[in-house]
Amino acid sequence: MNNEVRIRPAGLSACLLDVPPDLAGTLADHLRDCHARGALPGVVDVVPGARTILLDGAGSDRLTPVLRPLLHAWAGRGTAPAPELVEIEVRYDGPDLADVAARAGLTEAEVIELHTRAPMRVAFCGFAPGFAYIEGLPAPLRSPRLRTPRTSVPAGSVAIAEQYTGIYPRPSPGGWRLLGHTSADLWNLDRDEPALLRPGVHVRFVPVP
Amino acid sequence: MTTLEVVRPGLLSTVQDQGRPGLAHLGVPRSGAADAASLLLANRLVGNGPDAAGIEATVLGLDVRLRDSRWVAVTGASCPVSIDGRPAGWQAPQFLPAGATLSVGAARNGVRAYLAVAGGIVCPPVLRSRSTDTLSGIGPAPLAAGAVLPVGPGTGTPAPVDVAPRAHLPATVEVRLVLGPRDDWFAPAAVSGLFAGTYEVTTASNRVGVRLAGRAMPVARPDGLPSEGMVLGAVQIPANGQPIIFLADHPTTGGYPVLGVVHPSDLWMVAQAAPGTRVRFRRGAAPHAGTVLRLGREPGDEPPRYTGGGFFAGA
Repeated sequence: MNNEVRIRPAGLSACLLDVPPDLAGTLADHLRDCHARGALPGVVDVVPGARTILLDGAGSDRLTPVLRPLLHAWAGRGTAPAPELVEIEVRYDGPDLADVAARAGLTEAEVIELHTRAPMRVAFCGFAPGFAYIEGLPAPLRSPRLRTPRTSVPAGSVAIAEQYTGIYPRPSPGGWRLLGHTSADLWNLDRDEPALLRPGVHVRFVPVP
Repeated sequence: MTTLEVVRPGLLSTVQDQGRPGLAHLGVPRSGAADAASLLLANRLVGNGPDAAGIEATVLGLDVRLRDSRWVAVTGASCPVSIDGRPAGWQAPQFLPAGATLSVGAARNGVRAYLAVAGGIVCPPVLRSRSTDTLSGIGPAPLAAGAVLPVGPGTGTPAPVDVAPRAHLPATVEVRLVLGPRDDWFAPAAVSGLFAGTYEVTTASNRVGVRLAGRAMPVARPDGLPSEGMVLGAVQIPANGQPIIFLADHPTTGGYPVLGVVHPSDLWMVAQAAPGTRVRFRRGAAPHAGTVLRLGREPGDEPPRYTGGGFFAGA
């Protein structure tokens, strides 16, 4: 098993960790928890990516001696608290649902069944505030982005691309395939925690008529 | 409390403080003054704390009036400053009488001027910052003519200086580039070419990033880069090979490799570089690269073995 973490400098005050893809999520949970406990001196942000974790605020010279014991002592799961589960109600009426079904050789009902039964988890955020890359998409549903992105995707659109599900928090251009839409409040600056979907949060999609 | 009225907003004037770092994991850019040191200086000149919000004006300056008299200071890009038509100081505390018009003229050296008012701009913070984030639309809207902003009670006293010196921005700026994290995505010859070449700042530059034009940097690897976190000052090489240097409103993640990161002490020159400015990169001393750590202990495993006595170079 690949259990190596490579520390790459990202300027003088950040470092980027290349992490084993199958451990990226749990390791990000662990480092987020370490950061919350003050065990990563200088770090102001723990930013997971698809196969990386960016530690922003302290350089590799400073962090390597700190990370060494934290990673060596890591037993596959950290002391991070149990993840939060967010259920998202989806009306599966997206314009690409039929196309996704056809590509997978499934019926639309089978696509919905697969998408709602799979355990999913926010791998990382990006693209726009509150936009989460949710991993756990069953293999038959994985499909590339649209060759020509739409100039405008409505807010609340539930969409898939490659191994991810995403939900557009506000109208924007976008090239993901639209399965449906939700009225979940994904991004709300009046909340203490503006993002509904944060890295590490577990997600389940619930079909609604 | 008093208020500031925007008489003429110029090309793009926004409220800025030191931004909202620490939220990139939610997709929220850091934002804040593009030339953070200049805003810090303006605040110091009028007796504000470092976190006070001021106004960042772009290229064409701006005109403002105050309802009550306050000390103000204009820093950053060099530009003519006047109060009711009479020349006033730049990089120096100025007393702005109630109702008088402070004019910040077009930038002569640099592109971003900073205006601090004693007491600071105190519009409601969003995610603990008053900065306008032009990428994601968080924070106050860019200033329009007639906009009225609240100003906090003046606290400190203005710094007793006649003028704070500021380095002149040369026609060719030389910035140190700290290689990594993805310098191994480029052939050594291409990296040498970058250091040997001269790039030019294009008009497509903004608070998100400064786009350069020059010798294209070929990416040596055909596979795409899975999205990863981006840092301030990152030099990203998109598919066309023309470098982009990320400024305050940069996206939090990206899918193009970052060849290196501009040294933090040199980034102000990038933030102040007008279109047409030439940029040369100099190799900055990099931290030790390529340290590999092993995760965890499997039952029955040997104690984890370090990959070297300490750091080792290479990637």
